[in-house]
Amino acid sequence: MNDTIKRPLLRVEHLKKYFHTNKGTLHAVDDVSFSIHKGETLGVVGESGCGKSTLGRTILRLHEPTDGKIFFEDQEVTGLDAHAMKALRRDMQIIFQDPFASLNPRMTVSETIGESLLIQKLFTRKQGVELRKRVTELMDFVGLSAKLVNSYPHELDGGRRQRIGIARVLALDPKFVVCDEPVSALDVSIQAQILNLMQDLQDELGLTYLFITHDLSVVKHLSNNIVVMYLGQMVEMAPSLVLFEKPLHPYTQALLSAIPVPDPDYAVDRVLLQGELTSPINPQPGCRFAKRCPYASEACTKHDIPLKEVAPGHFVACTLV
Amino acid sequence: MKPSDELLSIEKVTIHYETEDGIVHALNEISLTMKKGETLGLVGETGAGKTTLAKGILRLIPSPPGVIKQGRILFEGTDLLSLNENQMRAIRGNSISMIFQDPMTSLNPVMPVGDQIMEVVEAHTKNASKEEMYQQACDMLEMVGIPADRSHEYPHQFSGGMKQRVIIAIALACNPTLLIADEPTTALDVTIQAQVLDMITALKSRLNTAMLLITHDLGVVAQNCDRVAIMYAGQVIELGTLQDIFKRPQHPYTKGLLGSIPSLTKNVRRLSPIKGLMPDPTDLPPGCAFAPRCQYASDVCTRGVPAIYTLSDTHQVRCVLAEQEVNHE
Repeated sequence: MNDTIKRPLLRVEHLKKYFHTNKGTLHAVDDVSFSIHKGETLGVVGESGCGKSTLGRTILRLHEPTDGKIFFEDQEVTGLDAHAMKALRRDMQIIFQDPFASLNPRMTVSETIGESLLIQKLFTRKQGVELRKRVTELMDFVGLSAKLVNSYPHELDGGRRQRIGIARVLALDPKFVVCDEPVSALDVSIQAQILNLMQDLQDELGLTYLFITHDLSVVKHLSNNIVVMYLGQMVEMAPSLVLFEKPLHPYTQALLSAIPVPDPDYAVDRVLLQGELTSPINPQPGCRFAKRCPYASEACTKHDIPLKEVAPGHFVACTLV
Repeated sequence: MKPSDELLSIEKVTIHYETEDGIVHALNEISLTMKKGETLGLVGETGAGKTTLAKGILRLIPSPPGVIKQGRILFEGTDLLSLNENQMRAIRGNSISMIFQDPMTSLNPVMPVGDQIMEVVEAHTKNASKEEMYQQACDMLEMVGIPADRSHEYPHQFSGGMKQRVIIAIALACNPTLLIADEPTTALDVTIQAQVLDMITALKSRLNTAMLLITHDLGVVAQNCDRVAIMYAGQVIELGTLQDIFKRPQHPYTKGLLGSIPSLTKNVRRLSPIKGLMPDPTDLPPGCAFAPRCQYASDVCTRGVPAIYTLSDTHQVRCVLAEQEVNHE
């Protein structure tokens, strides 16, 4: 693909989101930059507390960014007022992690899916018949049986609930979807069904995904590019296959080697990390991973380590490279 | 297997939950054996009955609604189901202990962690002074990699991985012969999961403890277990060594599970999920419970519950296809 001709669909520049807490300033997202092209998937991986969900929500301005810019189709999202933002939300949607908590328990399947259509005034309340037809179409599209149209979420299992979450998003025919751990609450066999569905939708509708997950095997499967985050910062970004074959940041290496591979003959050369995630509150300058890093030296803690492009599209923030 | 090697033998255990909405058939004539010192992985999806089996072994099934309908659970030759509550209490935490899934909720929030470990030691050791018991609790903390001077701290002062270590210290405090670990690392991040699993494996081989590792993660099983039992709708549908299950899976459900996992080592464009959903445990289909989702299902499958076919010394499967294969050979 030629980048000079093709403009990215979404571009994020030096995005920061800080939260003020009693203990100090929490750097949830700290200077993150990347871009995604139309029809591609960017995977964001990291452990709990690394800021990956905050990143997804800040891009949609569900959190107001502290600093930095977001461009969607060359339009700056960060400066838009509420009215323009509402219009833009038709193009930018989110699938939430927990299909048990993200659906209103007192709304039926058709009400949930139809709600966004009414809010965006694609249908009015008087067009009940047309609305119902559209909802049934969407349900069919995501593999929900039409007889469930009047069911409530508590009557359905996790896989079906997540399908409602997806149908609700597709109702608006978006271009860009943030998928915040959409399959982590599901059993493996159901997880595979949903992942296949999301892949089919991408192929058919040309959707662009920002896929947030802690499960590296899931992102490898779906993503074109992968961003690895650690305590709010990007430590590595690379095309999916490159990242798995040639991880350069010690944290990426440790993360990859920690995944249990379902093959008894697979010999793991484990980089076992010492210690745990430190706090993202008032972080010291320098590499935030240094305390757990087996290769850390004095140079790592002196100043912040910038991202360096080591190969086309492969960025690493580490003093070793 | 020599009888002397046998630690635990579960024989045709059936457990129902009798609720207002109907009878939940959680376990259906399940049979399973474990040797001393081995690690057996118990794999299955939500609702397969994994946790019911674990709680059944420890007799922790809430009753009502839980009812143990039939079967025997022989532990070192004693039928646990025939013991009274006092005898059972002497076994729990002492010879068999359990690690629960969620480290955030299994500790007492208003009690220092050292005291919580001591509580177990206190309940099961006689003629020891307070100082000795406290010392033992501190030793346990050190063993799981937590400095003993943190013994006076409360659970909220520890991270998730550290809390799970405390729980492991509690579980191993009385040097049990069987450890039941119910999804011990599901709530943890991968790097912490690797730390905790490495520690459990090292400790269990040092103490020669057998472990029943309950999980839905086949990767965790492949890296940590000796044998695997695959559960579906309250039954073991396939049992074998790691090689048997991962290299020569026979049951269509086992094959389906393996096909559902995105692979890190291979590049697969599309996953091959299992169609449909787990059957409703209050209304199990007749015959093989997996038949409605199985692409190889025929009339035979719905006629009766398939028998267990032995494919080798280590490998057993509950599927009519295996019968045909055995007969052909």
